[in-house]
Amino acid sequence: MNDMNWIVIYPEILLLAMACLITLVDLWVRDPQRRPTLWLTQATLAAVGLWHLSYFDGGATAYGMQAMVVADPLGHLLAFFAAVAMMVSIAYAQPYLASRDMLKGEYFTLSLFVYLGISVMVSANNFLVVYLGLELMSLSLYALTAMRRDHAVATEAAMKYFVLGALASGFLLYGLSMMYGATGSLELGEVFKAIATGRINREVLTFGVVFVVAGLAFKLGVVPFHMWVPDVYQGAPTAITLLIGGAPKLAAFAMAIRLLVDGMSGLAVDWQQMFIVLAVASLVVGNFAAIAQTNLKRMLAYSTIAQMGFVLLGLSAGVVGGNTFSAGNAYSSAMFYVVAYVLTTLGTFGLILYLSSQGFESEEIADLAGLAQRSPWVAGVMTVFMFSLAGVPPLVGFYAKLAVLQALVSTNQAGYLWLAVVAVLMSLVGAYYYLRIVKVMYFDEPARSESLLRGRGVGALLAINGAAVLVFGLLPGGLMNLCRDAIVKALAS
Amino acid sequence: MGLLSVAIWLPIVAGAVLLALGRDEQAGVVRWIALVAALAAFLVTVPLITGFDTATAAMQFQEDLSWISRFNVRYRLGVDGLSVWFVLLTAFITVIVVIAGWEVITRRVNQYMGAFLILSGLMVGVFSALDGLLFYVFFEATLIPMYIIIGVWGGPKRVYAAFKFFLYTLLGSLLMLVALIYLYIKSGGSFDILTWHKLPIPLHAQVLLFFAFFAAFSVKVPMWPVHTWLPDAHVEAPTGGSVVLAAIMLKLGAYGFLRFSMPITPDASREWAAFVIALSLIAVIYIGLVALVQQDMKKLVAYSSIAHMGFVTLGFFVFNDLGVSGGIVQMISHGFVSGAMFLCIGVLYDRVHSRQIADYGGVVNTMPKFTTFAVLFAMANCGLPGTAGFVGEWMVILGTVKANFWLAALAATALIFGAAYTLWMVKRVYFGAVGNRHVGELADINSREFLMLAVLALAVLWMGVYPKPFTDVMQVSVSELLKHVAVSKIN
Repeated sequence: MNDMNWIVIYPEILLLAMACLITLVDLWVRDPQRRPTLWLTQATLAAVGLWHLSYFDGGATAYGMQAMVVADPLGHLLAFFAAVAMMVSIAYAQPYLASRDMLKGEYFTLSLFVYLGISVMVSANNFLVVYLGLELMSLSLYALTAMRRDHAVATEAAMKYFVLGALASGFLLYGLSMMYGATGSLELGEVFKAIATGRINREVLTFGVVFVVAGLAFKLGVVPFHMWVPDVYQGAPTAITLLIGGAPKLAAFAMAIRLLVDGMSGLAVDWQQMFIVLAVASLVVGNFAAIAQTNLKRMLAYSTIAQMGFVLLGLSAGVVGGNTFSAGNAYSSAMFYVVAYVLTTLGTFGLILYLSSQGFESEEIADLAGLAQRSPWVAGVMTVFMFSLAGVPPLVGFYAKLAVLQALVSTNQAGYLWLAVVAVLMSLVGAYYYLRIVKVMYFDEPARSESLLRGRGVGALLAINGAAVLVFGLLPGGLMNLCRDAIVKALAS
Repeated sequence: MGLLSVAIWLPIVAGAVLLALGRDEQAGVVRWIALVAALAAFLVTVPLITGFDTATAAMQFQEDLSWISRFNVRYRLGVDGLSVWFVLLTAFITVIVVIAGWEVITRRVNQYMGAFLILSGLMVGVFSALDGLLFYVFFEATLIPMYIIIGVWGGPKRVYAAFKFFLYTLLGSLLMLVALIYLYIKSGGSFDILTWHKLPIPLHAQVLLFFAFFAAFSVKVPMWPVHTWLPDAHVEAPTGGSVVLAAIMLKLGAYGFLRFSMPITPDASREWAAFVIALSLIAVIYIGLVALVQQDMKKLVAYSSIAHMGFVTLGFFVFNDLGVSGGIVQMISHGFVSGAMFLCIGVLYDRVHSRQIADYGGVVNTMPKFTTFAVLFAMANCGLPGTAGFVGEWMVILGTVKANFWLAALAATALIFGAAYTLWMVKRVYFGAVGNRHVGELADINSREFLMLAVLALAVLWMGVYPKPFTDVMQVSVSELLKHVAVSKIN
């Protein structure tokens, strides 16, 4: 446990080295499209992602840096998914940023630091490492949000994001310090053992867990800690919204698993109750508020809040009556939900980017009017995303909802059964605004009649993204098994 | 790959290809491809009935593959006497719909034909799925193409109708999803419907499950008071959409009662049979009266559909051979008759662009061939002996008499109302002096319209005169179902 075991963090070291190198290399890049930087960044992400994937196949759990970090299949899988999400985000964003003169070297460097933060978080085994990873990711995201300096709305969004995010970090740190005070350790495994002895003052622990959950809820963007989400989603340049809405959600999930499950599983009764309240509030507020939106990005922000409610529901069904028998099932359903959500969200924002890369922002829902006539392919892909988010089979979003509902019902408790009914009714409300997008694209007449320009690479990537949502919907088994294996192994260690 | 898989995936793949590659400039090619695909899909289903073993209630033409191993979901297909005719009916109606949209649809032809072909494959999937989740996936997926069909090619209030259709049916089926998951957990991790049939369930759970299923299926049938989406959807949908809605989609709900509610929750079904029968009778009588006052032909036929489907649920929940078989026969005959009625309205609408009864009068003078068909279908809708409409209603009433004479007496009033609203419409639209200039200028049906109406007319007459092939197929399955329902599952 106490050796350095450097091999565990080789991918992160490579990442850091490459991020520094790319910053330097970019100084000599004259190309306005910044192709050398782009390809170096993508190659780095691909290499790190594949490296994690190869570790995942090994399936072993290893500790490194004197048990500061853990390398287990869960961490590797999430790091791999996050790398893919980052690569896709950057690919979608590049033409958009280039056409708006925002494609600077900083974008790539900061993106790599976002990913570094994520990959530190998913493999953290220590309160402080979790916090470090979180701050690295968040600070890079604040800076990215503010990248459009001369734009009032974007600056306001960045300000809001930063202030509220810092507050949330404070909450989290405060809660963690409570836990440290009570248990005498920062290491997740030690904290877990200390709580399991049952000799620790319960009040201090509960007090600490409340703050940890509050901080986490901020990062996940769930009600009542959701205020920043719509403003940041709307205000940030769409390319950055894509970055915020994609890979960091995987990191937030990893953080919840690391802190609350690996570390504080013994306090599940407390945080599960909070999660249930947060989840129901998010489902209600997110879905109803989304109906009233006219701005597409803002609507998707509220939809994200509601979707995160589902994730929390999955996380809250792990420990029933002090029994962790269903934990693997519940947490893997939540993980599958997050992965499915990120896959769909990337496509949705990517599509907005694709539309607006032709020179006009298509941020309003009304801008999509008659898209089916202007470009049947793009409208078809968007329809797939919308029905997937609404949870209509045979798309991947349906199986995500199914997995979570199944986890709730399998607890065999009347309370959870009713929770499932509430979730189902709220997804009916959600169906309304997703359907409205389809309605606008298919049923309304276009305001402009010319067909869209054809973007080469991005269009193909969008089609692949849409196909993935459909294929994982027809054959979701493999992805589900991956998530379950990762979670089961993480719980076993 | 078995016959059922081909019947499901052939139209879906053909539809997807049309969606992906079709352009409006090649509308002619698109139409022919759609027709060939629909015909091929129909021919594939024919061996299902010719090779059907009527002596057994077991599932036939089975296919079984692992699909989602994480939840033990299987790709399991099969048909028995309860479902096999609906597979054929679906494929048959799809051919008719493709022909019906031939010249009428000129805008986004590939999307129209593609949507109907995909819808057809999905509905065959609903009727042949033997895995609960597979059933659900097909059942829900049908909403997407229908939503698009109503919304894109519908009438002036199409957006409202499309949303109402989608959200109403989604509400019901989401509650069913919770029920399916509950059964999955209770049965120790299986989505197999036939396993669920044997699963003992305490009464209070049965009642909850029954109502969860009831929410899904009663909306789809639709039963009073959750029927209000249907008139809107029918009125706004294009002719093909109305035909598919009335002829097949409504049957998905009624079929669900047979496959899920009755065998999985038999005790709750018997407990709450009076409730279902009461709703059915309200549908038959009250909706019959509502139909009488309609000004819009499509609305009239839509309400008449609800009333006829009331007969179906009535027949199911009296729990005897005649009632249940009668209900199924009624479902099939209503598929032909209501489909034909909507086609007739479509023929008129294409010419005059009005569905108001008041805008017509004396159509027989200018369209004698067409009127012959229209009157035949109207007679079948009233349940005239010798037509398909008679057989089912008569069997249901006989079955109801066995259960309770007064219920049967109430149900039989429907025949009077049915005759009243149908014949009154026929009188006002087809007979009398030529109503106005538009009617005077009408051209009689062309050979395409003649073909589709003639095929349906043959089906209606065949089923009315010689219903034995239909009843033979379902007999064993129905009596097995009733035997199963009679045994309590409470332990």
